[in-house]
Amino acid sequence: MPDGTLIITRSDRPRWRDNIIIGIMAAAAGVAILVTLGIVLSLVFETIIFFEKVSITNFLFGLEWSPQTAIRADQVGAEGSFGVIPLINGTLLISAIAMAVATPLGLTSAIYLSEYASKRARDWVKPALEILAGIPTVVYGFFAALTVAPFIRMTGGQFGLEVASESALAAGMVMGIMIVPLISSLSDDVINAVPQSLRDASLGMGATHSETIRKVVMPAALPGIAGSLLLATSRAIGETMIVLMAAGLAAKMSLNPLDAVTTITVQIVALLTGDQEFDSAKTLSAFALGLLLFILTLIMNVIALRIVKKYREQYD
Amino acid sequence: MINFTQDAGFGLRGRNKSEKRFQWAGRGAIAISLAFLVIMFFSIISTGLGALQQSQIAVTVDLSAEEVDPENVGDTSFNSLLKKSLRNAFPEVESRKDKKRLYGLVSTEAAFEIERQITQDPSLLGGPQTLWVTASDDADLYISGQVDTDLPEKQRRVSDAEIALLDKLMASGAARETFNKGFFTSGDSREPEIAGILSALMGSFLTLLVCFVLSFPLGIGAAIYLEEFAPKNRMSDLIEVNINNLAAVPSIVFGLLGLAIFLGYLGLPRSTPLVGGMVLALMTLPTIIIASRAALRSVPPSFKEAALALGATPVQAVFHHVVPVAMPGMLTGAIVGMAQALGETAPLLMIGMVAFIVDVPTSVLEPATALPVQIFLWADAPERAFTEKTAAAIIVLLTFLILMNLIAILLRRKLETRF
Repeated sequence: MPDGTLIITRSDRPRWRDNIIIGIMAAAAGVAILVTLGIVLSLVFETIIFFEKVSITNFLFGLEWSPQTAIRADQVGAEGSFGVIPLINGTLLISAIAMAVATPLGLTSAIYLSEYASKRARDWVKPALEILAGIPTVVYGFFAALTVAPFIRMTGGQFGLEVASESALAAGMVMGIMIVPLISSLSDDVINAVPQSLRDASLGMGATHSETIRKVVMPAALPGIAGSLLLATSRAIGETMIVLMAAGLAAKMSLNPLDAVTTITVQIVALLTGDQEFDSAKTLSAFALGLLLFILTLIMNVIALRIVKKYREQYD
Repeated sequence: MINFTQDAGFGLRGRNKSEKRFQWAGRGAIAISLAFLVIMFFSIISTGLGALQQSQIAVTVDLSAEEVDPENVGDTSFNSLLKKSLRNAFPEVESRKDKKRLYGLVSTEAAFEIERQITQDPSLLGGPQTLWVTASDDADLYISGQVDTDLPEKQRRVSDAEIALLDKLMASGAARETFNKGFFTSGDSREPEIAGILSALMGSFLTLLVCFVLSFPLGIGAAIYLEEFAPKNRMSDLIEVNINNLAAVPSIVFGLLGLAIFLGYLGLPRSTPLVGGMVLALMTLPTIIIASRAALRSVPPSFKEAALALGATPVQAVFHHVVPVAMPGMLTGAIVGMAQALGETAPLLMIGMVAFIVDVPTSVLEPATALPVQIFLWADAPERAFTEKTAAAIIVLLTFLILMNLIAILLRRKLETRF
């Protein structure tokens, strides 16, 4: 062998060993699919059994929710009623309040941070807002029940308003604050993705900075922002602990934010904690609610993720 | 001719004003969100600090041989001994009702505390001894100054008669506040003054252990496959979309999955850290996969190419040269995922980790509860003293979360200085 020649040989490691390693890792990636499959199967199976006991139309269109276990077998209304409309009403009411709080706060913070704030301010404020997203929801729930709800009740009382001690407003407001960082960080990404040339053109035509943002940047970022709001709404609908601790248990058809309403998630917990028979309509209805919640949030997430992704690519 | 200056200047003052308003709206929004954060922290910390202090009352107990048999300490009724010494301290208390009130000043655990002190230090026996015992939750409220005496008697938890007794104790120095060690060293209790978080803390630890052992290998395995080896086909796309959606599924749905499959189908033991950890592992999997993929992507392709050019197989190139460099990033993702799992409550409620647990769990197969669930349980308890405990437990939970996130940030810094 002449001096200075480097001989490179392919590693003599057998090929099949590599293939096994790759196979194991592929299986790990497959677990993600299995989890989704597991969720769908477990929810669907229990829901099918539930619909053998309670008709699907009663469930989807019923206006009364009062699940109960019969004391006597032949009792009137032994199975209770399982109309899901009041729960959807409550869920949407609280989510709407949360979004009414979170949208203006989240969007204006995102605009300020991406368009006006100095890098220094950004470096401090962004992580501070992210803290809000990292706090466990049980902590928000405690704060809502202990501090916010009595405060709203007291304030309402001074204006002569009847406020329930577990008002939708308290739960919704606190949930709104929780969602602010989600909206602001997603919208921030979207606003940053708008090409600088659009801004320069508008500013060059003599528009002020805020006019540029309102009339040029925002319309260009609108689909992405819509996606982030959709994602935030889905989060609000699926949130459990805040509503469990600060909202009520009684199912009620009401659009009054000062009333106590209940949500799908609260009812799932209420139905499944404590003593339970596994195949009673009451227990099974929790899975039907879970399936409804899963489908509802899945549709919103799929649409939102698709919009956000497509939008990012558009300007890349 | 058009006068440009005039036209361009038209309404400029108003437009500049609206520009200012717009900027202030942005600052205001940030201020409101951060103010909420500050108020929440302040409210919780100021409520919770009280639970770190505990009130104790000194009782002079007769431990002479007539009362306590030194050979057979366990046979003594420390309860009646304690009542007797309380009666001796307050000879003026006579009626049955007043006596009951007097006994209510000390915790129901107080008799056990005396017994424990004697077992630890038998030299106490032989004569009268002044011992400190835990005050009851209501007495604690008064001693720590949380009772508003201006309120009418009916509206407060502590009656005028009790206040008179406590005032006498405090004046004679027989009441004190000490650091509440028991809060960190004992399990849950129905009595707020002796309830602690150790059992919940241990439950959380065991649950996270299971969660980490399952989700970390699975997560980085999946991430390495998807990033380095997966063929670009529809199956990979499906997995990708699937992982993103899984990250947005409401946590309670994972709880339902655990209930139906782990408990119902596989028949694993209910309320245990094993099942809790499995459910949380499924939840944190997407977080770990997404973070690990980002870490792998940040490794310059030249590392892998150089290894391949020198004859390494693709698996060797990835495992010897890409994964070690991406490791801090992957660990950061895992820690963030664990922090998420530590704060998660709803799925644990579904699989029955809401039990009342006094004993500290020692294995993943024993019934346990977790710190956030303990917070939820205490927040629901009617006794006012539990509010304080709840806030204190929240402080402990937040401390752990802050520590975990700090570690994650430090690791990320280390990664950033790499290239």
